[in-house]
Order: sequence, then C-alpha cells, then structure tokens
Amino acid sequence: MPETALVREQMRRSLVIARKDIRIYYSKGPVIIFGVLFPVFLFLSFTIGRDLSVDFMIPGLLGMILFFTATSISPIVVPWEAQARTLERLMSCPVRIETIIVGDILASFAFGVGISLITIILGLFLGVTISNSVVFALALILAAFCFASLGTVFSIPPTNMPSTVNMIAAVVKFPVVFISGVFIPLDQLPAWGQAVAYISPLTYFTDIARTSIQGQGHLPIVVDLLVLLAFTALFLVVAMKLHQRTMPRRI
Amino acid sequence: MFSVPMNNNVAIQVVNLTKYYGELLAVDHVSFTVGRGELFGFLGPNGAGKTTTVRILTGVITADKGSASILEYKAGSLKAKQVAGVVPEMANAYADLSAWDNLMLMAELYGIPASVARQRGASLLQDMGLFPRKDSLVKTYSRGMKQHLILCMALVSDPEVLFLDEPTSGLDVQSVRLIKDLLQSLNAKGKTIFLTTHDMDEANQLCDRVAIINKGNIVAIDAPEKLRMATSGMHSVEISFDNVVSPEVLANIPGVNTVKKLGDKYRLYTANPGELVVSLANYSSSHGLNVISLNILVPSLEDAFVALTEKEAEHA
Repeated sequence: MPETALVREQMRRSLVIARKDIRIYYSKGPVIIFGVLFPVFLFLSFTIGRDLSVDFMIPGLLGMILFFTATSISPIVVPWEAQARTLERLMSCPVRIETIIVGDILASFAFGVGISLITIILGLFLGVTISNSVVFALALILAAFCFASLGTVFSIPPTNMPSTVNMIAAVVKFPVVFISGVFIPLDQLPAWGQAVAYISPLTYFTDIARTSIQGQGHLPIVVDLLVLLAFTALFLVVAMKLHQRTMPRRI
Repeated sequence: MFSVPMNNNVAIQVVNLTKYYGELLAVDHVSFTVGRGELFGFLGPNGAGKTTTVRILTGVITADKGSASILEYKAGSLKAKQVAGVVPEMANAYADLSAWDNLMLMAELYGIPASVARQRGASLLQDMGLFPRKDSLVKTYSRGMKQHLILCMALVSDPEVLFLDEPTSGLDVQSVRLIKDLLQSLNAKGKTIFLTTHDMDEANQLCDRVAIINKGNIVAIDAPEKLRMATSGMHSVEISFDNVVSPEVLANIPGVNTVKKLGDKYRLYTANPGELVVSLANYSSSHGLNVISLNILVPSLEDAFVALTEKEAEHA
C-alpha cells in the first residue's frame, strides 16, 4: 500500500479511537472535576470581589478553560486503558502507536473546543465582541491541539495509575496558569516575569484572546500563532517518540 | 484489505526469538513453525515465557533478538496484525460500551466495511449466546460472557490466524466447552490457531501439535500422543489392596521405579507394566492379600510435561 493511502487509513483509525475515547472518557469523574469544575472555581476565586471588566475576564477565563479541558483527557486514556486491561487488545490491532496517540489527542481537542465554545457564547451574552473572528477561531483550534498534545506528554511515564498521571499533570498545569497572563496581563509583569511567561504555550493563546477581545495584546498575533505551532510540533514529536518506548512497558 | 500470500503452508515462523526483561531472560532463542490450518498448543507453567512469546507475535512488544513472521509478514507490522485475531491474557472489553459497540469498534479498527461487520457481528454473538444482551454495557456481563465477547472481538475481522493466550483460564465448565467447540469448528474451517495454555487436558483434546516451553526454552514439540508415548518409564500401574501395605514394601517389588500413594490406592511407575502386573499378582497371593482394583495407565500429557520440564531443570 502506498504511504499516503496508509497514512489516510491510519488517520481514519485515529478518528475511530477518538470516538471511542469521547464515548468512554468524557463522563469520567476526573475529567469533569479537573477539566471543567476546577478551572471555573479557580477563576472565580481569583476574580470575585475585584473590580475587573468582562473584556478583561473573558480572555483569561477562556485561556484557562481551554488549557484545562484540552489537557484533561489525553493524559489519562493510556494509563486508564492499561489499568482496565483494554490496552493490549488495542495495541494488537492494525494501528500504529502514533495512531493511538493522535486518537487520544483528537478526543481531548474536541472536549477543549466544545467547552470553550460555551465560554465564548457566555462572553457574547455578556456583551463581549471578538474582532478578527477567523484568526481567533484558528488560534482556538491550534491552541486546543497544542494543549491536547501536551496532555499526552504527561502520560509518557509508564505508570498505569491515572491518578499518578493527573498528579504529574497538575504539577505542571497550575504553575503554567499563573505565569501565562491569565490573571495578570503580560504588560504588567516585570521583565523576569515576562521571560518566564514566554516558556508557557498558554501565554500565546491568552495573548491572542486579549488582542481579539480587549483590542490589544502583548505580541503580534502572527508571532503568537507561530510559537503555538512550534510548541505543538515539539509536544507531538516528544509524545510520539517516547510513547513508542513506554507503551509496551505498560503491558 | 491486505492480500494474503498464497502457495505457502507456513502460518507462523519463529526463529531464535529472544526477549530479556532487564536481567531476566524471558524467551531464550525460541524457534518453531506452525503450519497453515494447524491448531498449535503452547504449553508451559506460569512464567515459562508463553505470554511474552504471544505478545511478540501479536506486535505488542518487540523481541531483542531473532525474527518472527505471520503469513510471511514481519510480526508487529500492520500487515501481520491485519491478518491476526488476538485474545490476550486477562484482556477486557470496554466496560462502558455495549457488546455490540465493542464489536463494531474492533471491526472499524481492522477496516472491515460496516455492512460486513454488522452481519458477522450478529452471527458471532448468536453463536456465543450473547445476542439477546448485545446492547447491555459490558460491565453488566459475567466473566464467562466477557470472555466470549473478547473471542467475538478477535473473530470479527475473520482473521486467518488466531492467537489465544489462556482463553479458558478461570471459566466455568460450560463456558470452557463453548470456547473449545468454537475453536474446533474454526480449525475445521481452516483457520490457524495458536493457543497458549497450562491445561494439559485442553492441549491434549484440542491441539494437532504441542510445544512445551519451560523457563524460556522449548523442551519438546510434537503431537500430544507422541509426546505421551515418548515418555519412557512413565507407564504406571494403579493398585489397591484389601489391607494396608507400606509403600516401602511395594517399592522393593522388581520393576517398580517410583511409588505414589493416591488415597487408598498406589500408583507404581514402571518401564514394563506387563511384568509388573505379574509380580504384583505373585506378591499379593504370597502375602494373602486381595487385589480390589488394578489399572494399567499410559503416561498422560501431564506426565510427559513433568518429565520433560524436570529433565530440562536437571540440564540447567
């Protein structure tokens, strides 16, 4: 079979795996708690009582929601399946390990985009306007894919305990939220704070959201998009290479 | 779908397959060939290397050395996986999906057209008695039903080669019988079946040939009957008397190799059961004993297995 036909076939099977993940994992407790409830309560605790405009709050809330939802499913699927003893059967199907990982990423990506759309609709009801909606939609899709890919990086260590992977993910996710311009705009951070912010992929999506909603951001949108693209490629390559090594060790 | 190479009678070819887990040598230069249409048993105690071998053949893990192929496709390649159906050891179906959805998921992952998958899926579920419960979530299934479903999932792609790792382990008698009947009927239709088990009776009843593996090494490959008969010195005579006889006395009767007490009977192992029966008759008449029962036993596959694995241990 020519390589392009093979890739198309594996992509179709990734979609099959994503659909399976959506049906099984969207309603799992840890996904709802860490993916939806946690960022909402975290955001409320930081905003209630402060005199902040809706235009300021929505980009931050959106960035945090997208980050937490898009990274809530992709880390737990592989350890969950290893623990439930469904992974070996999946690995013996005619699918590559990359196909399994992309399937998990797609399920997490769809969850992130779906929940974020609810936030956007909420914002529109509150009077928020989005300029450059096509670019903004592109950024949302790219960022959701980037964060979902990051999620699969969290599950590289070959533990079969979803709770351990969630702990690893939490150790990274919480500091990232605080350094990414969600609660404090980048312009108000000291130079060292901005330097730290640049190592977080969430910074660039939040910046695009601020540009599109508040009218001004910290970096040009093109730079934000290119950096998001670079992070996505990095997370994908790392996840694919390292899962090749660790997935067989889960069995 | 991939085409299957024709004019070849080899279904599974394994050459010098070797796998380490850290320092532990789990599979040690294992070589064997399974013919097309053969029901091949892979027999060994727990930890012998059976599951590791199956996992290499089904592409779940990779070997450190050696090679393996399924219908001439390299083990672990997409083509090799496409032509194989797998029932892994202790595997589960997705508990949060129905039996039907599990089956259709597998069919999609093997690229089976939906109409073919639906027809085949319904027929398989009927055969295994699961059709009336096809829309129930698998988490509501009993252990036997789950195992039957796993088997259906392995068969929905109509594979040429079927790998089953301890498929009947821990199941009730009826479930085991259903699985054995299905394997025999699949084999009769020309499917190649690679079955790992530690159950001697199962291997004896089902398999055309059996490989005995112990501590990562293959110690014998042959038809079950030939393996049994080749075990010299493992014939035995089972006898019970109307009075107490000490095993030491029986051990001194000419021709007796070993004495084993089994309830109110003794099993006397010998190389020549005919002569031993005469000696036992003489012994009982000269000591005023009555023989209640006497049976001559040919070695079981279990005897052959114990003898072969013990020989291997002595070599080591």
